[in-house]
Amino acid sequence: MSKGKYGIHGGQYTPETLMNAIIEVEKAYEHYKNDPAFQDELTELLNEYAGRPSRLYFAKKMTADLGGAKIYLKREDLNHTGSHKINNVLGQALLAKKMGKTRLIAETGAGQHGVATATAAALMGFSCEIFMGKEDTDRQALNVFRMRLLGATVHVVTSGTMTLKDAVNETFREWTTRVDDTHYVLGSVMGPHPFPEMVRDFQSVISKEAREQMLQKEGKLPDAVIACVGGGSNAMGAFYNFIPDESVRLIGCEAAGKGVDTEEHAATIARGSLGIFHGMKSYFCQDEYGQIAPVYSISAGLDYPGIGPEHAHLHDSKRAEYVPITDDEAVAAFFYLSRTEGIIPAIESAHAIAYAMVLAPTMSKDQIIIVNVSGRGDKDVAAIARYKGENIHE
Amino acid sequence: MSNPNKVNQISKIFADQKAFIAFLTAGDPSLDKTEEFILAMADAGADLIEIGIPFSDPIAEGPVIEAANERALQVGTTTDKIFAMVRRIRAKTAIPLVFLTYMNPIFVYGGERFFATCEEVGINGVIIPDLPFEEKGEIRELAGSHGLDLITLIAPTSQDRIQMLARDATGFIYLVSSLGVTGVRSEIKTDLAAIIADIRQVSKTPVAVGFGIATPEQATTISKLADGVIVGSAIVRIIAEHGPAATPILSDYVRRMKAALV
Repeated sequence: MSKGKYGIHGGQYTPETLMNAIIEVEKAYEHYKNDPAFQDELTELLNEYAGRPSRLYFAKKMTADLGGAKIYLKREDLNHTGSHKINNVLGQALLAKKMGKTRLIAETGAGQHGVATATAAALMGFSCEIFMGKEDTDRQALNVFRMRLLGATVHVVTSGTMTLKDAVNETFREWTTRVDDTHYVLGSVMGPHPFPEMVRDFQSVISKEAREQMLQKEGKLPDAVIACVGGGSNAMGAFYNFIPDESVRLIGCEAAGKGVDTEEHAATIARGSLGIFHGMKSYFCQDEYGQIAPVYSISAGLDYPGIGPEHAHLHDSKRAEYVPITDDEAVAAFFYLSRTEGIIPAIESAHAIAYAMVLAPTMSKDQIIIVNVSGRGDKDVAAIARYKGENIHE
Repeated sequence: MSNPNKVNQISKIFADQKAFIAFLTAGDPSLDKTEEFILAMADAGADLIEIGIPFSDPIAEGPVIEAANERALQVGTTTDKIFAMVRRIRAKTAIPLVFLTYMNPIFVYGGERFFATCEEVGINGVIIPDLPFEEKGEIRELAGSHGLDLITLIAPTSQDRIQMLARDATGFIYLVSSLGVTGVRSEIKTDLAAIIADIRQVSKTPVAVGFGIATPEQATTISKLADGVIVGSAIVRIIAEHGPAATPILSDYVRRMKAALV
């Protein structure tokens, strides 16, 4: 029986060798998600260790400058380890502990998920191995060192396009080799069931808090929530508790790289088609024979040829909108937020800021936008300098 | 099944002997060479050929076969060109042919169109490593309606799932010898005899063992337990090393492996 469906998307397309491991995760998650002691322990970790709840900050200068809707920033960049990734990692690491696992493996693109996983492993006493594409270890060298500093082993993946997709392939291969003591901490709302659901639940703390904070500050719901989308975990977390609020527009920003009319983009909804890959049915950038396309984005975290199945369904059902944002637009937003609010966003999150800059002026001053600042941009400073033609050594 | 005779072709190879099953990736180094390799291996005593349709992201494959997938795609190999090659091969040999590929190339080609073309060109079965029991409903029906066996994979980690999987199997059961991805191994530690005994309680479908087998000694050991032996990476490695000149080396290798089965 097929499980984990979102409309026509999702499922469990996984080699037989991994099926019992995945069923074990599924059963453990089904049990612990309803266990108050587990939830208390997780909340304690999120609050005391990761620094939650994250702030919902009114960006007064940005709002005045753009001259339209009020802009609030959900500050996931202020979490311990610098992004939303820690929310999911603490949940899965705690679950892995309950399952008696002693070793965590994970893929990483920008390195934020790898850093978060290495951090949780250090905290909870797991051994930890991270898989990262060679292209990404080059452009995110600082995060590679952070992971090693935290005690993790970083494997540089040189197969395929040497980016996030290939890191996912390699982590699945590693899991097939060693399932007994190992949990695969998948970093996004993708992969075979139960990962899309479990990761979404762990990330939904973002919209749970944001919704309460908004009602408290403004006494009403926002008109739009904007988040960047690669696999889609920060967006799914930011959208989830607003899905029943039909007046709230949910907008995901995909990486359009050098433009959706070029071959160098990672805009899955704009340019992808239906497929079955990495454990799930969803939309993928691919050719007419189902070969997964090499994708491109300045942002290593959005440089992925697919999108989580729940996003694919939110797109089909028109509950959420997905817009492409180019490298140039994201870099401009990266500078804009830094100089306007003194907040350096991750280049991933800058894709969401970029669309807020387009949307806010078209809205009235009594309307409200929440932008999820999924991570902080320290890791990107050297790469952005290079993009601007300056050679900075990290 | 619309065409029971064709389905029987796979089971038939196990009827009075141990079967040797050879895998290679289509299009590595070219489809003309793949055709030549297949015919040579059939002549040398292979009982069934698994033809890999290359995929950009073969997550069940180790480095040897993964590299073959990349080489094949780089020279422009496509599903349609592979179908054309199979049509040419079918005019020259009756050896059972099975495709090995991933869900996405089949799904994007169109399930019905894919299996109808398989039937038309004379493919006997399909192996899909990322299609587990839980998801196979529609694909199994499509394969069956075109007279193809959807080959069941059983892994060392299948445990309580073994009988559920085996009960459903047709053609042959592909028993994965070891954890991990494809590739040559010096030693196989899984208790294959226990898994095969479990299978035998519920199914008469022949069991062939693959993953990690490269030497005649390993083939002998495995063939004492199972109905057939599957070799992939060792063959793909010969092709990688010798390229277009691999034909006589493949023939010699297949002859030695087949002779080692007991």
